[in-house]
Amino acid sequence: MNYYLRRTLRIPLTVLAVATLTFGLIRLLPGGPFTQLRIQLIRQGVPVEQVNARIEALQNIRPDAPLWQQYLDYLVGVAQLNLGQSISLNQPVMEVLARAIPWTIFLVVTSTVLMFVIGVLIGAVQAYWEGSAFDQMASGGSIFLMAVPYYIFAVVFLFFLAFQFNLFPTGNAVDRGVEASLSVEYFASVLHHAALPILSFTIGGIGSTALNMRGNGIQVLGEEYVEVARLRGLSDSRIATRYVAKNAILPMYTGLLLLIGFRLGGTVVLEQIFSYPGLGYYLIAAVNANDYPLMMGCFLVITVTLVVAVYVADLTYGLIDPRISAGDSDGY
Amino acid sequence: MATEADSTSSSDDIDWRSESSSVEMSRRDRLEEFYRHSIYEPAVVAWSDRRTRVGMVILSVYLLMALVEVLGLWRNPSPSQAERLLPPFQNWAYPLGTTQSGVDLLALIIDSTPFILLMVLAGGVWATGIAVLVGTVSGYKGGAVDTVITSVSDFFMAIPGLPLVIILAITFSPENPIFLGMILTINYWAGLGRSIRSQVLSIREASYVEAARTMGTGTSRIILKDVMPNIMPYVMVNFVLAARYTIFASVGLYFIGVLPYTGQNWGVTLNNAYNQGGLFTMQALHWLLVPIVAIVGLAFGLILVSQGMDRIFNPRVRTRLTGESESVDEESENETTSTWA
Repeated sequence: MNYYLRRTLRIPLTVLAVATLTFGLIRLLPGGPFTQLRIQLIRQGVPVEQVNARIEALQNIRPDAPLWQQYLDYLVGVAQLNLGQSISLNQPVMEVLARAIPWTIFLVVTSTVLMFVIGVLIGAVQAYWEGSAFDQMASGGSIFLMAVPYYIFAVVFLFFLAFQFNLFPTGNAVDRGVEASLSVEYFASVLHHAALPILSFTIGGIGSTALNMRGNGIQVLGEEYVEVARLRGLSDSRIATRYVAKNAILPMYTGLLLLIGFRLGGTVVLEQIFSYPGLGYYLIAAVNANDYPLMMGCFLVITVTLVVAVYVADLTYGLIDPRISAGDSDGY
Repeated sequence: MATEADSTSSSDDIDWRSESSSVEMSRRDRLEEFYRHSIYEPAVVAWSDRRTRVGMVILSVYLLMALVEVLGLWRNPSPSQAERLLPPFQNWAYPLGTTQSGVDLLALIIDSTPFILLMVLAGGVWATGIAVLVGTVSGYKGGAVDTVITSVSDFFMAIPGLPLVIILAITFSPENPIFLGMILTINYWAGLGRSIRSQVLSIREASYVEAARTMGTGTSRIILKDVMPNIMPYVMVNFVLAARYTIFASVGLYFIGVLPYTGQNWGVTLNNAYNQGGLFTMQALHWLLVPIVAIVGLAFGLILVSQGMDRIFNPRVRTRLTGESESVDEESENETTSTWA
């Protein structure tokens, strides 16, 4: 229980640390945090004496206040879910991000689950028929898949399936004119638009998952406890699931936590290629438009999403693996 | 004086005079021993694997390209040096064809090879080096050291890589390949360190480590002699994965145009091909494909070599990978496992 409590308390701390980091990064950005803004505002025709007030409205930070004051203001703003005002879109940053979050989570979760399931299945079959023709082929295929980054798949799919054969849309999350509702039409449109991004993001990860599973599977199959289980006369299905599958998949579960982080970061490139309106897309849009409030807001939200994801995975991991709490003070 | 010659002579007599002197090996013997054990034998083992062979050949092609660039043996890329959108393998002066603006694609690829290789090496070394240090120390030491290190690496793990890299890239505009490699893997070590730590945790409980501890062997020595050899295969494989991540991340970020660049490199070429109509016509397909093949080839070579690395460190993998059971216990293992479905 102690461990879960500690783990839960760590979330606000991590978020605080990340918010501090974003605050620091805002100040690191070239030309100082406000020079860019100043130039932009003056270009937009804002009177010079009003510029400071405008910056405060945009960034939640008074440019003339002392540093600690600015820092506190920023933290209070974050705690109130107020991330300032986007310059390029002229909307509150939080509003923009609230629209974007579901798309990103949808992409990452769907593709990661698919990748994991398919990879584990392929790897399990390989481990079982070790040395067979299928095993050799799948191993070769997996190594090749590992060598190709997901965005290359994305570009190739886009080139052939979207631009050459017009089978799939080339951007956006839904068709224009389709209203968000619980209708079949809406879901069909969402799936149609998400198919290629999810496909490329899934394929990109299958190779390493399958190879991992194969290695673990072979190792577990050679373990003595499997043989003992057989000698005890347990049923094959029970051995396959409770003894072999469980012990082969378990180590991969921690790897999955790390993968979520990498994949969440990876959406930046993926969403850009497919013009998919998720967090990554807005992050790049903000970078290109010098829209610092939006950029930092994206960064903060992506990070918080990851913190929550890892937290959930951590808690479940503690439940699954009894070895975790034994022999280790810290809980994983 | 004659003892040296005697001891190395092929006669099987035991020379009683040589006992005192031949015990101390000369420096040359030691070097030879080291070479045989640490370089020659692993190389033979690695080379015996087809995958490593292919990987090594692929990687040497890249090294060769870097060499060609450094020695300036191929023309530098510049616009209008040939006709536009020349398809590959048509004109042998421009074997890979040309871009929309008539730049020699092969020159483009060769031009940025040294940069990419340096960056990849820097990223891999940096990420795995820190991860090994952090993972072994925190896993073996435990206690307060462990708590501090784990907290720090947890914080780094909580930050998704690419977005952080993007913001750092805006801040620092890294154009030096080594610096860029380090920025790209700025938080890669955290996750790797964590999994190394958990491996060290289980190794720490192993009987031989416990024996070493009981004998009063120092911590650093135990880590070096008992723990490191065990995690080495894992570290090597992950070195390659970190290198792969560096390639993928850098090219991806160049591709979407958020990394600063001078001149072109594979990612920038991809970006140009993508944005200047490469997506719409089949004529420009090679312009997209050439940088893709360059990226995939390098990653492929690295992965193949890492698979072979596995064998150097792990003799048991050898029989496993070929799928033929050569050893006796492998045989019995296969029998036990193939009876249930």
